[in-house]
Amino acid sequence: MSDIWRMIGRRLLLGLLTLFIISVVIFGATELLPGDLARELLGQSATEETLAALREQLGLNDPAPLRYWNWLTGVLQGDFGVSMATKKPISELVGTRLGNTLFLALYAAALSVPLSLLLGVLAALWRNSIFDRASNALALTSISFPEFFVAYILVLWLAQTGIFPSMVRITPSTTTGDLLYSAFLPALTLTLVVTAHMMRMTRAAIINLLASPYIEMARLKGMSPLRVVLRHAVPNALAPIINVVALNLAYLITGVVVVEVVFVYPGLGQLMVDAVTNRDIAVVQAIALIFAAAYVLLNLIADVLSTITNPRLMHRR
Amino acid sequence: MTMLISLIVGLVLFFAIGLASRATLRTLAPAHQRPTFRDMPLTASFGIAIILLYVIVATLAPAIAPFGEGEVVGDQYLPWAAPYYLGTDKLGRDMLTRLVYGARNTVGIAFATTALAFVVGSILGIWAALVGGRLDQWLSRFVDALMAIPALIFSLLLLTIFGTSVLTLILVIAAVDATRVYRLARSVSQGIVVMDYIEAARLRGETSWRLIRREILPNAMAPLVAEFGLRFCFVFLSISALSFLGLGIKPPTADWGSMVRENATLITFGDITPLLPAGAIALLTVAVNFVVDWQLHRASGLKE
Repeated sequence: MSDIWRMIGRRLLLGLLTLFIISVVIFGATELLPGDLARELLGQSATEETLAALREQLGLNDPAPLRYWNWLTGVLQGDFGVSMATKKPISELVGTRLGNTLFLALYAAALSVPLSLLLGVLAALWRNSIFDRASNALALTSISFPEFFVAYILVLWLAQTGIFPSMVRITPSTTTGDLLYSAFLPALTLTLVVTAHMMRMTRAAIINLLASPYIEMARLKGMSPLRVVLRHAVPNALAPIINVVALNLAYLITGVVVVEVVFVYPGLGQLMVDAVTNRDIAVVQAIALIFAAAYVLLNLIADVLSTITNPRLMHRR
Repeated sequence: MTMLISLIVGLVLFFAIGLASRATLRTLAPAHQRPTFRDMPLTASFGIAIILLYVIVATLAPAIAPFGEGEVVGDQYLPWAAPYYLGTDKLGRDMLTRLVYGARNTVGIAFATTALAFVVGSILGIWAALVGGRLDQWLSRFVDALMAIPALIFSLLLLTIFGTSVLTLILVIAAVDATRVYRLARSVSQGIVVMDYIEAARLRGETSWRLIRREILPNAMAPLVAEFGLRFCFVFLSISALSFLGLGIKPPTADWGSMVRENATLITFGDITPLLPAGAIALLTVAVNFVVDWQLHRASGLKE
């Protein structure tokens, strides 16, 4: 048992180190500018006075390491600074939207993970059948589709007929039931985009194992094919499956950006796009850090889970 | 019902184009390559035909398009009727013309970006593998750090800092994608630099540049070419996504991503016109994926 905790501790430290490096990259990217941020934002025609005023406002007069330190300590206390465009504290802007985005991502995950695991197991069970070939071709096709294409096709088919709303409005009085209903189309779009990849990888992981001698043995004992797959193949295929699920959940987190814009969903992605348009660098940095942290955390969880499910990795000496 | 009909029409078109292109390729190919094309799956020959179609449309755009790229020809949102076969857009520009020019702009920019990412990424990757030691360590750790940030998020961050124009778009996406190419090029060439003939070439006193160009690159070509197809799809999709978000290629340049955005309101009225540019993006990506899938299958030496 203590092995597990030691392993989790080590992974956590590694994750923290990664996060630290990411924060340096996100903060340091502004230093790549040939001039400085103030000149870049105001353009060549800006006077020295306005430049100096903006530099003062952005705190650009301090040396970069000091600014980074102030930013980092602020972020650790939940203070992301002030938005340049709206003059509001960023934590206030981000607060409810973070919840909305997480809700959408979890919603899509709750739909896509069971669906893709089921389809993947079935495709492995009936491999080379019509079902397998059709699902393979569909998977390759849906991977190639841009998210907004999938989204608008769904709007055309499902929102046109009035079954589901094509825009999501969230007010404090919205109940969870309403939210599940009105956020169905964005969640379905995300589901369609990630399911294909997860399904293909699940199928591949299981089929890889089906050639091993112990599966042959189980078959010779007279076990049914379904039982062979569920009892003997799936437990050993869990590690790769968990990894690909985590990869796709991480993808969900960035995929929400486009989908949120299509469905006017009040989430972090939309806020980020607006901030990029306004070149509101402080907001973009804050959201980039949040997304990157979620990405690192998901990979960390996947790493720990896939180690726990595999005794060979657990007791490696 | 309409959905079923369009599905059937699509399938028939797919088989017709696939079979026709396979037959043409077989007759045109030199004798020793004919078996390759005879055994190619329909998906691959369909993909090749579609890619060729896009290339032709992109190069001959001014000759094919009935109007000028930014020309306002009539009222806004006209329905599908001659002389505006696909109607007009938000500003009254001919949709068909914009689609044709979009092939040139969107695909051209995506191709240039991918090519840039490949030149930078593969040269740095091979160089790191060749020199090894501290340079390799530093470069690889640096790339690792960049890759820990999701690609779309990192591109958005860079676009905020450097501003949104076509040039920065190309440079930013190329920089983000070069990290992925670097990884592949480095791992492929690590297997090559330990070969005896590299040792021999080094003893002959060849320069690093010549080693990269004449000894390593030809042997690392096969996986890199397959990767080029896949990366092109990623780049193409991310440029379209950014243009769709209003952060990529800007109007009046005709571009498929921003065309979807500009005309999206039509969809809520049941008009499928805005789906055409999105479909054009999807079709090309599917075609490239089909061809890459076939190439990878061939390279792996698997037989059905």
